[in-house]
Amino acid sequence: MTIRLAGAGFRHGGIPALGALAMTVARGEQVAVIGPSGAGKTTLLRLLATALRPDSGSVEVLGCDPWRLSPRARQQLRARIGLIQQAPPLPPRQRVVTAVGGGRLGQWSLARSLVNLVYPLDLQGVRQSLERLDMGDRLFDRCDQLSGGQLQRVAIARTLYQHPDLLLADEPVSAMDPVLAGHTLSVLIAQGRAKGATLVASLHAVDLALEYFPRIVGLRDGAMMFDCPAHQVTSDNLDALYANDQLYPAVPHPPHQSPTVDATYGCR
Amino acid sequence: MKPPLRDNPPRDPASRTRLSLAIVALVLLWPALQVSEFNLAALLDPANIHTMGSFLSGFWPPTGDPVFVALLARATVETLAMATAGMTLALALALPCSLVATRALSRARLLPNAEPGSLGLVLRWPTRSLLIVLRSVPEIVWALLFVRAVGLGPTAGVLAIAITYAGMLGKVYAEIYESVDLRPAQALVQAGSSRPLAFCYGLLPNALGEMLSYTIYRWECAIRASLIMGFVGAGGLGQQLDLSLRMFAGGEVAAILLVFLALVMLSDQLSAGLRRLLV
Repeated sequence: MTIRLAGAGFRHGGIPALGALAMTVARGEQVAVIGPSGAGKTTLLRLLATALRPDSGSVEVLGCDPWRLSPRARQQLRARIGLIQQAPPLPPRQRVVTAVGGGRLGQWSLARSLVNLVYPLDLQGVRQSLERLDMGDRLFDRCDQLSGGQLQRVAIARTLYQHPDLLLADEPVSAMDPVLAGHTLSVLIAQGRAKGATLVASLHAVDLALEYFPRIVGLRDGAMMFDCPAHQVTSDNLDALYANDQLYPAVPHPPHQSPTVDATYGCR
Repeated sequence: MKPPLRDNPPRDPASRTRLSLAIVALVLLWPALQVSEFNLAALLDPANIHTMGSFLSGFWPPTGDPVFVALLARATVETLAMATAGMTLALALALPCSLVATRALSRARLLPNAEPGSLGLVLRWPTRSLLIVLRSVPEIVWALLFVRAVGLGPTAGVLAIAITYAGMLGKVYAEIYESVDLRPAQALVQAGSSRPLAFCYGLLPNALGEMLSYTIYRWECAIRASLIMGFVGAGGLGQQLDLSLRMFAGGEVAAILLVFLALVMLSDQLSAGLRRLLV
């Protein structure tokens, strides 16, 4: 079992972000977490990444409770977990090759990491990770020369380069166009399949989640609304998940509808 | 129910603090001017302007005597060497101290809900105190001390610069680390990296530009400081300036000041060039 949540809850400054959550994910599974803004998707992923410690219940990741380990053993566990964050945390003045290489700092020796900082040691490996996301030609660009979507792909390439046993992705394709987003998700899924790694991703685009992921978890107000195979998710499920009484007029969420475009409209 | 917006226009909660800070600053500035007996009128008094003018007119033209120019060139090299050697020693001391002294690399900043490391707490405050002691004694006092220890000459100047500037560089580096975006370093620690490596890969790229310009500015200050220390026998251009002033050789003083102008311009260009190249 890669993930086991038993009544895991978390409060942000006294405000509950996640209620007592119970769920298990087997090794090699691919799970999409969907839900409205503020539902607790990021908190859930950060709990799984051992970035947050649950206030109640327990979290078990890759076969052990991270909060019962010694700090050193916890760092070794973290080297096996790859978290793709919503806003890619890359230094603007760093070159792409160094940023991607940073994915293996938890595995490399101190000497190797320091040499790699001034003289990249694994250009081939770094380029292969980037090429899978169509970024192979940006190896020596600085991160501040990239667009938002390109930066997201560099951050994903870094996590691919890390070869984690547990891949966590928080809105990994939010700055990409639909074609690129689909391609990127398929790369993440292929990586999971090839390495037997488990993948948990939060997504705002419901259609992408249903298309690419076999298992869907619906999260709302820190509670699990449903957890079922993608083909069993109904439009009633989705309407209930995204219903918003605060907004007026209430806009029902169209999950499967592709927007109709009047071809002549844009040309005038 | 919230009241309708139109009846209750929003008020910026920061405006009151800003106003009171401005008033406090003015209230504090006035006694400072009184205590220091600052008087701009004295500077503009015609008699004083005449005195300053006759003092300065003795400086022109700068001397071109080949013997003196050769002496000047030697003193310039000595000054540059003193400042550079002093800065190198200062850097060697300041970099490790800044890593220990900064709060940016503490466990609590880089690892969420980490138990605070005892080693950091034990080492951080002594290191901060050491940096304060090093820079609170002016370099001229260190120089006077070392002239007694190692005798007249540039060695005393090098040691004085190294000690004072290590204190300044260490403090400012530690604060630069705290002011840059920590998220890249946090993300690396999150992926299993150690804190020193997270510093190198996540924090240093953001901090390098500021560190570079501050270091070169300090090098420029070290060149100036070596001038002052020359007066107490630490060699270089300062000693030459001291001699020329004592002999009322205005032309020589002017030549020395021109060399200083050139050195400061050089440091300015070096800073700009290095920033273009590295940052």
